[in-house]
Amino acid sequence: MPLLEVNSLKMYYEVKGKRWVKAVDNVSIKIDRGESLGLAGESGCGKTSLSLSIMRLLPPNGKVLSGEIKFENEDILNMGYKLFKKKIAWKKISLVPQAAMSALNPVMKVGDQIVEAIIFHEDVSKEEALERAKTLFKLVGLDPSRINDYPHEFSGGMRQRVMIAMALACNPKLVIADEPTSALDVIVQAQILSLIKDLQKNLNLSMILVTHDLSILSEICNSIAVMYAGKIVEYGPTLDVYEDPQHPYTKGLLAATPSIKGTRRRLKSIPGTPPDLLNPPPGCRFHPRCPYAKDICRKEEPPLVKVGEKRVVACHEV
Amino acid sequence: MPRGVKGLSELVKVENLVKWFPLRRGLFSSLFRREELFVRAVDGISFNIKEGEIFGLAGESGCGKTTTARLVLRLIEPTDGKIYFKGIDILSIDKKEMRKLRKEMQIIFQDPYESLNPRMFICDIIKEPLKLQKIGNSEEERLEMVYEMLEKVGLTPPEEFLYRYPHELSGGQRQRVAIARALILRPKLVVADEPVSMLDVSIRAGILDLMLDLKEELNLSYLYITHDLATAKYVCDRLAIMYLGKIVEQGDTLKIIDEPMHPYAKALIDAIPVPNPRVKIRKIPIKGEVPTPIHIPPGCRFHPRCPYAKDICKKEEPPLVKVNKDRFVMCHLYS
Repeated sequence: MPLLEVNSLKMYYEVKGKRWVKAVDNVSIKIDRGESLGLAGESGCGKTSLSLSIMRLLPPNGKVLSGEIKFENEDILNMGYKLFKKKIAWKKISLVPQAAMSALNPVMKVGDQIVEAIIFHEDVSKEEALERAKTLFKLVGLDPSRINDYPHEFSGGMRQRVMIAMALACNPKLVIADEPTSALDVIVQAQILSLIKDLQKNLNLSMILVTHDLSILSEICNSIAVMYAGKIVEYGPTLDVYEDPQHPYTKGLLAATPSIKGTRRRLKSIPGTPPDLLNPPPGCRFHPRCPYAKDICRKEEPPLVKVGEKRVVACHEV
Repeated sequence: MPRGVKGLSELVKVENLVKWFPLRRGLFSSLFRREELFVRAVDGISFNIKEGEIFGLAGESGCGKTTTARLVLRLIEPTDGKIYFKGIDILSIDKKEMRKLRKEMQIIFQDPYESLNPRMFICDIIKEPLKLQKIGNSEEERLEMVYEMLEKVGLTPPEEFLYRYPHELSGGQRQRVAIARALILRPKLVVADEPVSMLDVSIRAGILDLMLDLKEELNLSYLYITHDLATAKYVCDRLAIMYLGKIVEQGDTLKIIDEPMHPYAKALIDAIPVPNPRVKIRKIPIKGEVPTPIHIPPGCRFHPRCPYAKDICKKEEPPLVKVNKDRFVMCHLYS
């Protein structure tokens, strides 16, 4: 039984005049215990919308039209919101957001913020919760004596560590990290990534890592889902996808990603820009930018087909 | 992909450049505290840019790379030091002469969403520098130049872009407009301050290639400012790595990236993730984060984070020494 299962999820944003931005369109993912899945794609591809749908943190105009989200075989999409908040959010699934500074309450001591989260979900005393917060501080490499400091007294990297500590406060099984390092400098980023990796291994956490950076994914995740314009175009084990990408978009992204290692090679950009999701192109959504586009690509949407063990690709070419 | 540097004459020379920003103080501290505090953004750096060269200045946020870029263009005045452009001491000339010289030094900013006036047509945005510098005899002639420039930056057919507003274009197209605006005056030097860091990965390579192609075609030199060493590797001939206002290592880009010598440069390069799942994550020996440039550590400014710090590092600032041809390192391990 997979830990989390998302099946054929459609999540659209309603905008002026009853029009719909098709942010997540018929997306399915599956995460097992201890697995870390990377959701890759460029801005506006729907990767953050997907994770917000799972956490039920969508803005008022974001609507799930169809599909299901199950955690340990329990429907968490349609359960009462109060129950979801009490039973699932933080306790089973937690979120590490991108901008730690705006996620923390600036006028509240960080320790109190962690304590508040623990007490809301579990029946423990304030003292016990504070003890646990201190243990969490140690776990993420922060000095427990700073538990009573305010967010602004921490540096960017330390704040991100606080967010990770908070996400782990109620021993969740799945952590969703949405661009957890993109606001950080590269050395601090490396520190945080190796912390995430250690924690994931030691606590046997499952993880969804949302990022645009294929280099970060390749270091952390054992499987990867590449999204383009609200759809998954390629999905499979990281190594297979990187060494033998099948979808032209995945190929394009890898060819456009510079590497610090190896000889200086010519990079290739993908012509054009991602489509407007109010009116996505018919057929394959990638066809206007695809070097291999044929007639069928303009008319028919390619289904996700199996191309190997645990691998699927949505392209008429394969 | 080897690239030769054509000219060898020096286009820009910077000597011992310093920029300290005084810290704004409240009434209380200015009355009762003697010591005046400074943000030591750029703290004595020297480098040169040869004609036809792409010189990279890389480092983490707050290392002083953007301040250096603004100093080189004299958009802000330095606290100390010298800047020569084509042999002219640009700090000694007056505003009028500086304005003339600016024609030959242009800048491309990081954010193509903020650097273009949202109320102007694309053609007016690109034409504006011509008007300011009084180039072109007639409006038609100027429009002709805009037309040609749009073609050069790949916004074709130009007539489709002339009368559009920036918000109608994508990020990549906007950055092309910014490049067109910078190059229409046919400058010698272009300062590119993180020109691709706001763009999606699939677009970046196109902009970088455009910059490389135009460099050849128009005989440009670039000062390329970035935090991203992977793109620096892609474009730069020579590279300087900055830490807290100082250049800690300088030399040939590929040589530095393959074999960094300064412990900070090494950590910075090792910390960059590689798009290859077979390469496993490395433990970075560097602890903590960059201290504030207000209270710079004594001795070597990197010593509190350096795994190799010795006694001397805590007391004496190491000089930038030449370790071999065209490689300079500021570290006691090499001096």
